[in-house]
Amino acid sequence: MIDKLVLYFQYPFVRYAVIVGVLIALCSSLLGVTLVLKRFSFIGDGLSHVAFGAMSVAAVLSLTNEMILILPVTVVSAVLLLRSGQHTRIKGDAAIAMISVGALAFGYLLMNLFSTSSNLSGDVCSTLFGSTSILTLTKNEVILCVVLSIAVVLIFVLLYNKIFAVTFDEDFAKATGIRADRYNLIIAVIIAVIIVLAMNLVGSLLISALVIFPALSAMRLFKNFKYVTVFSAILSVICALMGILISILSGTPVGSTIVAVDVLAFFICYVAGRVKGGVIG
Amino acid sequence: MALITVTDLVLGYDSQIILSDLNFKIDQGDYLCIVGENGSGKTTLMKTLLNLKDPLGGRIVTGDGLRRNEIGYLPQQTAIQKDFPASVWEIVLSGCQSRCGLRPFYGKEERKLAEENMERMEIKELAGRCYADLSGGQQQRVLLARALCATRKVLLLDEPVAGLDPMVTSQMYDLIAKLNKEGITIIMISHDISAALRYADHILHIGDKVFFGTKDEYLHSEPGRFFIEQQKGENKDDR
Repeated sequence: MIDKLVLYFQYPFVRYAVIVGVLIALCSSLLGVTLVLKRFSFIGDGLSHVAFGAMSVAAVLSLTNEMILILPVTVVSAVLLLRSGQHTRIKGDAAIAMISVGALAFGYLLMNLFSTSSNLSGDVCSTLFGSTSILTLTKNEVILCVVLSIAVVLIFVLLYNKIFAVTFDEDFAKATGIRADRYNLIIAVIIAVIIVLAMNLVGSLLISALVIFPALSAMRLFKNFKYVTVFSAILSVICALMGILISILSGTPVGSTIVAVDVLAFFICYVAGRVKGGVIG
Repeated sequence: MALITVTDLVLGYDSQIILSDLNFKIDQGDYLCIVGENGSGKTTLMKTLLNLKDPLGGRIVTGDGLRRNEIGYLPQQTAIQKDFPASVWEIVLSGCQSRCGLRPFYGKEERKLAEENMERMEIKELAGRCYADLSGGQQQRVLLARALCATRKVLLLDEPVAGLDPMVTSQMYDLIAKLNKEGITIIMISHDISAALRYADHILHIGDKVFFGTKDEYLHSEPGRFFIEQQKGENKDDR
């Protein structure tokens, strides 16, 4: 088995896939805790469907660089969705559900009507469930991913205390002069960037898993915000790494293998949390 | 100059006016209780004082070197906080956030302030505990310590004893009275008129009739007598 892995790791595309996979898992888990606690668990799902819709439009327009369209559209949707949490007529969960299925439907419709590809259902399937595209990354894409990931981690670390204050008690934060709206906006933009990045890895249907499972697992075990955040990041990286290795060795689809490992980790944490009755740390 | 001066304040949502022509002032060291029926605009008034909401008209002016973001706030508990994985220490420290400005991390000064206020609230031994696992009274102490980190002058308390048992309630009131004696101005929203009359020195009654004045003036005013009678009646009904 080790021999097989060593052999595979001689190929640059395998190394790229592992680097990108681990980085995306790390980034997506960071904001997971905040999103779960703010009752926005499904935002990953909603946004990734928006990204799928945008990707279809980009494909129809045959843009050479799809990111030009996908990233701004997803960021705008994220901002609108997280804003809608407070004072709109359509409440948060309904708004997410609406945008999510709407974008999915339009995306598929467009691809169907204007497709130039001979293997339409294959294309759709691979965007929804993650594709081999993680194994066909170019060097530039990997560099882009590394740069964006570093930016996300850096911003998160610098804003950590403010994100905590805003998540725990938005009114108190605002009353004491913290610009909560600004931080909510930053959170929205970061989550959109992460989702667009993660689409390559697990596809748009499974992204939510990367965002919420590590956070939920960590919350079974720890009751301290810092430990929850750190543990969910570590757990997410381990799960992604294991998922990728398993999928390479046994030829399973990358995205769903990672998610399966995440689910397994959740159950282990759940049982461990029950047995220990919650570690304070 | 008064600490907070409110002139001709108009409160409401969108174009719907709940309360208009509200005038009162709060001096350093006052203990003001805001009473009134449900829906009379108590919470809206508090949100406006805290700058969470813009008034429809009128002005709120702070004096004595008080900045608008230097008001400590004890909010009612939110649903999110019930299963929030955070330690007491993390929460109290987050009260220092506004002092940090754009600085990303807490410094020695903030840590010291948080420690002092935890001692003040007698919750130092709870520092590592999870907030969600604490009793209602302990949680209020944690949030009070956090509010104290954000202010040296004024505390706004929104129904601080809601959901607490009688024993813990009276401890909470004693604690607030102690803070007031130490020189912190207290503004408290309360349903509990008897406690308001026992602890506060000024009363702001809002509703159909608005009253602002000292406790003794309130006891002899028309809205005061009416409201007290009504509350007593309700309390009898409860029993």
